[in-house]
Amino acid sequence: MRALTWHGKHDVRVDSVADPEIINPRDAIIRVTSTAICGSDLHLYDGYIPTMKAGDILGHEFMGEVVETGSKSTLEKGQRVVVPFTIACGACFHCSKHQYSACDNGLPADNQDIAQAAYGHPMAGLFGYSHMTGGYAGGQAEYVRIPFSDVGPIVVPEGVEDDKVLFLSDILPTGWQAAEYAQIEPGDTVAVWGCGPVGLFAVQSAFLMGAERVIAIDHFPHRLELARRFGAETINFEETKTYDALLEMTGGIGPDACIDAVGLEAHGFFADNIWDQIKVSTFTGTDRTHSIRQAILACRKGGRVSMPAVYGGFVDKFPLGAFMEKGLTLKTGQTHVQHYMPALLNAIMEGKIDTTFLISHHMPLEKAAEGYKLFHDKQDEVTKIVLKPGWDLTEAA
Amino acid sequence: MGTGLTETQKTDTPITASKHGDVAREASLSLVEPKGDTLVAKTVTINRPREELYDYWRNLERLPSFMENIERVEALGEKRYRWVVKAPAGHMVEWVALVTEEKAGEYIAWTADEGAEIANSGRVDFRDAPGGRGTWVTATILYDPPAGIIGKAVAKLFQREPAIQVRRDLRRFKQLMETGEVATAAWTKAQLAEEND
Ligand SMILES: NC(=O)c1ccc[n+]([C@@H]2O[C@H](COP(=O)([O-])OP(=O)(O)OC[C@H]3O[C@@H](n4cnc5c(N)ncnc54)[C@H](O)[C@@H]3O)[C@@H](O)[C@H]2O)c1
Ligand SMILES: [Zn+2]
Ligand SMILES: [Zn+2]
Repeated sequence: MRALTWHGKHDVRVDSVADPEIINPRDAIIRVTSTAICGSDLHLYDGYIPTMKAGDILGHEFMGEVVETGSKSTLEKGQRVVVPFTIACGACFHCSKHQYSACDNGLPADNQDIAQAAYGHPMAGLFGYSHMTGGYAGGQAEYVRIPFSDVGPIVVPEGVEDDKVLFLSDILPTGWQAAEYAQIEPGDTVAVWGCGPVGLFAVQSAFLMGAERVIAIDHFPHRLELARRFGAETINFEETKTYDALLEMTGGIGPDACIDAVGLEAHGFFADNIWDQIKVSTFTGTDRTHSIRQAILACRKGGRVSMPAVYGGFVDKFPLGAFMEKGLTLKTGQTHVQHYMPALLNAIMEGKIDTTFLISHHMPLEKAAEGYKLFHDKQDEVTKIVLKPGWDLTEAA
Repeated sequence: MGTGLTETQKTDTPITASKHGDVAREASLSLVEPKGDTLVAKTVTINRPREELYDYWRNLERLPSFMENIERVEALGEKRYRWVVKAPAGHMVEWVALVTEEKAGEYIAWTADEGAEIANSGRVDFRDAPGGRGTWVTATILYDPPAGIIGKAVAKLFQREPAIQVRRDLRRFKQLMETGEVATAAWTKAQLAEEND
């Protein structure tokens, strides 16, 4: 089959590789019909993420048609499914509590050591995201082996186009969980740092959960415009002092809930090698690593901070004093995708959530390397690229 | 019991977490005919009933399904088993061990015959986990590192260092018991065969 493979910094290629096979009884194989490039894929592209090996297949936001099933899969050939980016077993203690991203069994036993050393415990597996997260082949390919196919993938109804449901795989549930973790109450003003896909879905989710106002913060005009379209007020942090603006816009109270959907510029999941990058960026005080500190300072007393943004290791100058004195609550974590998928599929079907607005480009999988470069170089207007395996080189939309 | 309090302990912590003392000697108190002077011990929680886990384990021939470096276990009768174990650089080591103690659903202990190439003994305890979370499985193993320090260094190089191995084997046992399979990232059968090699 054809697949997008990683070879090093700014070197990804569409190669011919072996087709996947059923390995375990609960596996299924899907033929991919749509597969997105995620902002987190850019960190692999930029070479920030350790434990990558040349030839690794990338991609964790994908969907497709079931073409083969293991003896214990509950899927049927021909069904269309969206696949969660987290690989979780459905049977361990954490899965039984719907804490899927904390699954004990998603990672191969040998791959659990690094996370155990870095974080104290191994986490769930991830598709296409280095060997620390399992070394699983990703979804930017014609076919993918799906472990635990009886608990992960969600079957989508006939006739719904891919673009509408594809983001159930990661960023929609992530934005939703971020808003849920903000514990929004009627009358609340919610501030969202970052208008990438996660931030934009958090904006929509916050309104659906009853926020009276949402204030979105970014510096890309097009992204701020998208947030405004969903009813958010906006702050461009390049032109505005974010803390001052937030306090004035809330009569001095501060937002009731603050969502950090930015994360580290050089973020990743990894404690060891990004330590230096984290230190550098913290001490130079770049805006990006500022977001969580700003959120804590701006948040109203007794308010909530929700942090979907990924941080890898240690952060200096975390305002622990402000956090304590103001009595804030912080909730964070990788998304428990499997938990949110069914309700969010319904919300999409009922037209309560708009997903397609995000897609700026469709491209054949064969052009994936170009897609990475485009996404990397033009973050403002390129909000989401969806790759289509099987499209020939002339097709684009 | 290898997992309870020992004489020299004054708190409830397991001996493997101790900062002082001769933990191997203390662990040996829980074994009949202990052999080996290096201790590896680890506990894992498995979301399944005790009896089920014990039954799977007690069928020692099945251990290679989750113990990566065990090539095979053969029953020789009268609680005696031949263990054939992968050693670094493609070598095999084997010895005969006797099941010294067992209690259905609770524990099983063994000791290798005198003169075994790697002196070793150990026990596996199965206890109800508090809060209805299934079972605590504790493996306690005493062994003499092959060819002392050098053997251990070589073994480590080959990822067969016993402490790492036991931890990983217990994770695989947990996976097999909880999910019915052992997680792997291999996407072709050829890759899987290579991994298991
Ligand atoms: N928790 C999870 O399971 C999960 C899942 C997916 C993504 N994520 C994480 O969520 C975060 C957002 O993901 P994304 O795909 O939307 O990323 P993205 O890079 O597309 O968007 C981040 C946005 O933040 C803006 N930004 C940068 N500095 C800022 C600042 N100081 N203040 C306000 N805005 C700022 C950027 O201009 C950009 O538009 C990332 O950290 C990502 O890794 C987490
Ligand atoms: Zn993603
Ligand atoms: Zn699980």
